[in-house]
Amino acid sequence: MTDALAETSLITGSQFCFRGNLLFLEPSGILYWPAERLLVVSDLHLEKGSSFAARQNLFMPPYDTQATLETLAPKIEMLQPETVISLGDSFHDRDASARLPDEYRQQLSRLMQGREWVWINGNHDPEPPRELGGIFCQSLQVGNLNFIHEPHKQFTQGEIAGHLHPCAKIRRRGKTVRKRCFVSDGERLIMPAFGAFTGGLNIRNEAYSELFEDEKLTVWMIGKDAVFEIDGKQCVR
Amino acid sequence: MSEQFLTSNTGGNLPFFLPPPFQDWFAKNGWKPRPHQLELLARNQAGQSTLLVAPTGAGKTLAGFLPSLTELSARAKPGPRQRRKGIHTLYISPLKALAVDIKRNLEKPIAEMGLNIDIETRTGDTSASRRQRQKLVPPQILLTTPEQVALLIASKDAGSFFADLQTVIFDELHSLVTSKRGQLLALGLARIRSFQPGLKTIGLSATVSEPDELRRWLVAQPPEGEITLSEFVEINGGAKPEISIMKSDNRIPWSGHSARYAMEDIYAAIRDHRTTLVFVNTRSQAEIVFRSLWSVNEDSLPIALHHGSLDVAQRRRVEEAMARNELRAVVATSTLDLGIDWGDVDLVIHVGAPKGASRLAQRIGRSNHRMDEPSRALLVPANRFEVMECQAALDANYVGAQDTPPLQKGALDVLAQHILGTACAGPFEEDALYRETTSAAPYAMLDRETFQHALQFVATGGYALKTYEQYAKIRKTEDGSWRLTHPRIAQRYRMNCGTIIEAPMLDVRLTRKNGRKTGFAGGPVLGKIEEGFIESLSPGDTFMFAGKTLRLEGIRETSCFVSDAHNSDPQVPSYLGGKFPMTTYLAESVRAMLADPGKWHNLPPQVSEWLEIQKAKSVLPKSQELLIETFPRGDRFYMVGYPFEGRAAHQTLGMLLTRRLDRAGAHPFGFVATDYAIAVWGMRDFGEMMLTGEMPLSELFDEDMLGDDLDAWLDESFLLKRTFRNCATIAGLIEKRFPGKEKTGRQMTVSSDLIYDVLRSHDPDHILLQATRAEAAYGLLDVRRLGEMLARIKGNIIHRNLEHISPLAVPIMLEVGKEPVAGDAQEALLREAAGSEYEKLER
Repeated sequence: MTDALAETSLITGSQFCFRGNLLFLEPSGILYWPAERLLVVSDLHLEKGSSFAARQNLFMPPYDTQATLETLAPKIEMLQPETVISLGDSFHDRDASARLPDEYRQQLSRLMQGREWVWINGNHDPEPPRELGGIFCQSLQVGNLNFIHEPHKQFTQGEIAGHLHPCAKIRRRGKTVRKRCFVSDGERLIMPAFGAFTGGLNIRNEAYSELFEDEKLTVWMIGKDAVFEIDGKQCVR
Repeated sequence: MSEQFLTSNTGGNLPFFLPPPFQDWFAKNGWKPRPHQLELLARNQAGQSTLLVAPTGAGKTLAGFLPSLTELSARAKPGPRQRRKGIHTLYISPLKALAVDIKRNLEKPIAEMGLNIDIETRTGDTSASRRQRQKLVPPQILLTTPEQVALLIASKDAGSFFADLQTVIFDELHSLVTSKRGQLLALGLARIRSFQPGLKTIGLSATVSEPDELRRWLVAQPPEGEITLSEFVEINGGAKPEISIMKSDNRIPWSGHSARYAMEDIYAAIRDHRTTLVFVNTRSQAEIVFRSLWSVNEDSLPIALHHGSLDVAQRRRVEEAMARNELRAVVATSTLDLGIDWGDVDLVIHVGAPKGASRLAQRIGRSNHRMDEPSRALLVPANRFEVMECQAALDANYVGAQDTPPLQKGALDVLAQHILGTACAGPFEEDALYRETTSAAPYAMLDRETFQHALQFVATGGYALKTYEQYAKIRKTEDGSWRLTHPRIAQRYRMNCGTIIEAPMLDVRLTRKNGRKTGFAGGPVLGKIEEGFIESLSPGDTFMFAGKTLRLEGIRETSCFVSDAHNSDPQVPSYLGGKFPMTTYLAESVRAMLADPGKWHNLPPQVSEWLEIQKAKSVLPKSQELLIETFPRGDRFYMVGYPFEGRAAHQTLGMLLTRRLDRAGAHPFGFVATDYAIAVWGMRDFGEMMLTGEMPLSELFDEDMLGDDLDAWLDESFLLKRTFRNCATIAGLIEKRFPGKEKTGRQMTVSSDLIYDVLRSHDPDHILLQATRAEAAYGLLDVRRLGEMLARIKGNIIHRNLEHISPLAVPIMLEVGKEPVAGDAQEALLREAAGSEYEKLER
């Protein structure tokens, strides 16, 4: 526990007490749970760029995997988590791992080394690539928190999910600011998408309406080097 | 019938042949062919290409078509069983409507002379079956647009379609060449010329400052940087227009763009004339002026509104009513700028500053479409600086000044599109395509290496990391030619070709006010509006569109639903600032006027008195000087400068100055830029810092700010992201959006901003980033102009440290607070939003 507290001086971002657990919501879009030495990252969508070339001969810059891993690696190196959960849609499509250039495959292996790595299945990658190693599962329960890719429609306490790529928009002084965000009503938490080429879906979209109790909604909007905790009532469509 | 001779304006005799039916037709109508019409005929018959520069009403259209009509009149129309030749004449206009208009105008003389010539139009509105038929059975004369030309040359049968082509006519060439459309068209022309090397071109243009640029554009440029020019025919004159500035008894405001003060005067002028065209610079200005005119329209005169965002059917109704002389006035944006004939317009009113002498001259040319009668025009400046600008434009027009912008070098994204289009038509040789490309004037200076990069970009994306080889769009085959790898790539090309990138637009649908959350009834479409604008509103907000005040009810798919808010005042002002920068020439005239009280006698007393007070309280800069004023106001310190270089250049200057001030420890908060001036404010006394030498003005405005500071700022600028999106779309990296056909689901596309960020950090020299920087430096940021200004003011900066705001500073100080804060504004707003929660918690 002392180790865990020492780390907290390293980590930026907002603290959030979620069902009795102290979590850090970090400006890169990862979540860190010091008590469990657990790092969570969602919707990496690796090789999204090359999927356009494979399917439509559209040549997106082939650097999104590199950019994504370059953002993730220093967080893992700094925090040295015992467990990393990749919360689904880690790969953009079924063939993404086959397209993964060797260099990035090796970089990924280095990150996985010496820790438990959990691949949660997502809708983009229902069968993640076994050859990379790690644990594969549909969902994972740690303490009173449950990690899953797609949030359940039925109310589930302590669920941490991804899938929706939440972003929030606020209006102040006649200007709007739209940013990726963490969003929670205290019962459920949805993580922002981490991948370099992932877009966002406004938390005011109907897709969220069955998932949250609107009155209690809080968002953590991701700025340049900080996370801003903002009352959901300030968020607009 | 034998040849006749004509003395050309360069001396020498030109032989020409005008067939008898034409001579009779001229005679029967009591006309004589005009000399320039005959010269164009003679040049064309001699196999030469020609630029014709003439004011409106000079019979340009007939001059352009006379060579083709005479040649075709001698041909027998092929019978149904005979092999059809390809098209004989291609006419290209920037506007669909213009092509349709020209067809109507040509059919009359053809019928009157009993000629057997078939003319057809081909635009985006032409049905697919008709377009298909045109390829199989081409008309002799085809009237079309640049986009259709790009599609035609990308088809497999392009070679035979153009094989018999004799003449290509470019209408409104001056307006075509200044855009990427013109660059794509120049490449298309080079392509067509490779099918038919002997073809002749005719360019029809309004007066321009550099006709040689257009003359180069019309003919193939030889390699090695030599220059070839087309022949040149120019008609000067026409009657001098009668232009004056609207006199009003009301107070002219310091700032703003609505010109509400002058509405009653404008209305009175409309009442005194048959038909008036009221020109404005932006759509929202059009909406405001239209509304204001109706609010004083006591006699219920038929006054209509016309701008590009309105529904096509509504626009057509206005145009037809105009042609039938049923309207007394039309409030219009530039959609009516180009050469369409409009009934009996006897007055042009221009609201707002004209921004350029040439633009003004053309708009005024809309009235009284006959060369020998003077046009009548009234200028209505919306604020005091505009009064000076109008007066300067007026002086310029009388001396016949021309200030069209210089042509740009051909863009690389356009080249990429053309290369793929060429491949869609069939295999090509690299060497041949390079030679062909550099024969087009905008690309004459393109080096082989850059061409190679563009080719690689088309083939596999052109990235430093080569991972897309197996997905290549085009591939070099064993015989050395490049070929398309799959036919579906050609299909996609046809969907996406063209260089007009519109901001994503939503249909504006009128519905009833709706309390329910979802489910809007379908209603009539009023027009289209930028998605970005609507997204900045919340349901319930009101804004002006189509002459109405509308309340936003909601957005669904590609429509936004609105209800009529009846004539309440709109809450959201939609004016987005000046659309066109003031031309360098006009800026110079305004500075000269400011410096010389001898030129003030034509200015309204309100304005000249304002300048007198400025002279007493501060100083009026000489025309080559830059005046910088510093003064405190409230709890802030201000620095105001008056470069008169246009909003784009000023905004770039503002960004760079705030960076410098920040480094000098002056803690700038923000800045605001208008077409005329720039104001920066902050916590420390800027004036004192300059006087004590802590922050010398010469260093602050040193030319080196265009180096590293510019690069550093550029990379983060949202302006560059927008430019990148356009370049990436034209180059084919991002596909155009097709409302209604879009797949739903957020993960189907990647936002261009994300692509830009990743590309910038991982492949900074990529060809698309080169294209983006080149375009931004020219247009949005006007770096060229800023550079010229910084060079000019070197050693010519005068500083006045004042105790109070100066008269000249009042207009820009009224803009302070209306502009976004520079730099980390987004973070500041987020911090504020987060902070407001903490405050609540503490309470």
